[in-house]
Amino acid sequence: MSVDAATVRRIAHLARIAVDDAEVPHLQGELNAILAFVEQLQEVNVDGVEPMTSVTPMAMKMRPDAVNDGEIADKIVANAPVTHDHFFLVPKVVE
Amino acid sequence: MTNLTSLTLAEARDGLARKSFTSLELADAHLAAMERARVLNAYVLETPERAREMARQADERIAKGEGGPLNGLPLGVKDLFATEGTRTTACSRILDDFKPPYESTVTSQLFTRDGAVMLGKLNNDEFAMGSSNETSCFGPVVNPWRRQGSDVKLVPGGSSGGSASAVAAGLCLGATATDTGGSIRQPAAFTGTVGLKPTYGRCSRWGIVAFASSLDQAGPITRTVRDAAILMRSMAGHDPRDTTSVDRAVPDYEAAVGKSVKGMKIGLPREYRLEGMPAEIEKLWSQGAEWLKAAGAELVEVSLPHTKYALPAYYIVAPAEASSNLARYDGVRYGARAGGSNIVEMYENTRAKGFGAEVRRRIMIGTYVLSAGYYDAYYLRAQKVRTLIKKDFEDCYDAGVDAILTPATPSAAFGIGQKVGGNPIEMYLNDIFTVTANMAGLPGIAVPAGKDSQGLPLGLQLIGRPFDEETLISLGEVIELAAGRFTPEVWW
Repeated sequence: MSVDAATVRRIAHLARIAVDDAEVPHLQGELNAILAFVEQLQEVNVDGVEPMTSVTPMAMKMRPDAVNDGEIADKIVANAPVTHDHFFLVPKVVE
Repeated sequence: MTNLTSLTLAEARDGLARKSFTSLELADAHLAAMERARVLNAYVLETPERAREMARQADERIAKGEGGPLNGLPLGVKDLFATEGTRTTACSRILDDFKPPYESTVTSQLFTRDGAVMLGKLNNDEFAMGSSNETSCFGPVVNPWRRQGSDVKLVPGGSSGGSASAVAAGLCLGATATDTGGSIRQPAAFTGTVGLKPTYGRCSRWGIVAFASSLDQAGPITRTVRDAAILMRSMAGHDPRDTTSVDRAVPDYEAAVGKSVKGMKIGLPREYRLEGMPAEIEKLWSQGAEWLKAAGAELVEVSLPHTKYALPAYYIVAPAEASSNLARYDGVRYGARAGGSNIVEMYENTRAKGFGAEVRRRIMIGTYVLSAGYYDAYYLRAQKVRTLIKKDFEDCYDAGVDAILTPATPSAAFGIGQKVGGNPIEMYLNDIFTVTANMAGLPGIAVPAGKDSQGLPLGLQLIGRPFDEETLISLGEVIELAAGRFTPEVWW
C-alpha cells in the first residue's frame, strides 16, 4: 500500500499537525518508504495467532475506587501557556 | 588523590564507606569534568547547586552512619524522566520549559530512597525517537570515542546518547536510560559502556515521558557490569501507579556478578547472521562465544525464525502507540503554544512547530496505521507477528537455552550527519539486533567486547529469560573479564 498527496494531508489533519503544501511530496516519499518496508509482514502466516495484548502475562490489578489526590489546582496549571483563575485558556471554540 | 571521575560506581561506593573522600568531593569532581566536556553536549541541563546540596546531605548521613545503597553517588538522568521542579523536556521544543510538579518513580527510588546525587539531565533523541541522538532539539551528542588518527565527530548512538556519552567520558558514575527498540543497548555498544534493558514490567514507567508504552523500559548505562547490577537493583520494583509494573521481589543483582556460568546453555541464533555483515562483527561474535565456552558454558545453534519481521512490526507498533501517547501535546496544559485563529489551527500549528521531523513522521505513520480501514491490515497483523516473535524465544528457552548471544549492533559508531536526510529505514536498521527483545518484553544487556579496525568499541548482546537479569549479569561479566575495560582517550 502507498499513500498519495491527498492522504498525506488527511493523515496530517487527523494527527493535528499543520503541513505546508511544499512539504507534502517529501513527506509522501518518506511515509511510502516506511510503508514499503513494513509491507513484508504480509508474507507472515498469522492464521489462528492471537495478537499480543499483554507483554508480561499478568492479571489487571484492581485498586479501591477512592479519591487519593486533589486540591492541587496551582500545580496543575503551573506549566500551562495561558491560564486565568485555575482555568486553561484556549481560542474561542463556540461562536 | 585518586581521579574521582574514573572510579567505577562500586569503587566510589566503597571509597565513601572507607571515608577516602566525601560525596561533595565526588560531586565537585564530576561537575568540573562536565564543565570541561561541554563540547560533547551530553548534558542539556546541569544542576550543580542541587547536586552539591544533595551531596552535603549524603555526607551528613555518612557521618551519622546512615544512608541507602547509593548514598552520595553522583548520577546523570536522561531528560525523559520527570524530575520535580527541574526542567524536563524529552529534548523536544514542545515541552518548552516544563517543570514537573512530581518525580518519576525510578528517580525517586535512586535519589530520595537510596541517596544518590543528581548531576543534571542528559541529552536524548526527541521523545527517544532515534538511534543517533541527532533528533534532539538541543543538538547532537558527540561520542567521546574517535576513529584512530581522525577528529571526525561520531554519534554516541541513541536514543540514550547523552547517558552513554556521559558515562563513557566520566561525566557521571552511571546514568538512567530508557529502551524502546534498543535505546539503552545500542548507545552502550557505540561508547564502550554497559547497558541493561530489564524485562518489561521490571521498572515502573510512572513519570517517564511515554513513547511506546508496551515497549518502553528504564534501565542503567554504566562503565561495568557490576555497576549495572547495582543501579538495576535501585531502579527496579513494583509501583502501584504503573499497572504494568510487576509485583515481584527485586533480587540482589550484584550477587550474580562472579557467579559461575558453567553448564549454562547459550543459544546462537542463525537468523542474526546477516548477509553482508562486516567481518569484524562476525569475528567479535565468535570470540564472545569462545569466551563463554572457556568459562564452561555450552554453545548451541538456535533458530528464531521470525527475527526479520521484528523491525517492520516494530515500525507499526511503536509509531501507533506514539501517535496516541503524543496526542497529549496540544499547547493547552503545558509546553509551548503556537497561535491560531481557532482551536484546531492552534493545535496544528503548535504540533507542527513543537515536534521535530522524525517525531512528526512517526506520529503520521502511527495515525495512518490506526486509521479506519487500515487497523487490521497493519496494527492487528503487527501484534500477531509480535506473538510469533515472542514464541520463537519461548521455544528456545523451553528447549533449555539459558540466554542468547548476538552482536549488539550491525556496525560501530558512525559520523554525525552521515545518515541524516536519506531514507529513514537506513537509520532504523541500527536496531535490528536489539528490537526483538523489546517486541518480546525480554531483558537484554550490551557489553563492550572489542574494537573495530579503526579503534572504535563494539558490543555483544545477551538476551535472557523473562525476569532473569541475573543470568545476563553473570554472563556479561565473563565477557567483560575477557575483553577488558574500554576507556576513550580524553581529547576534549
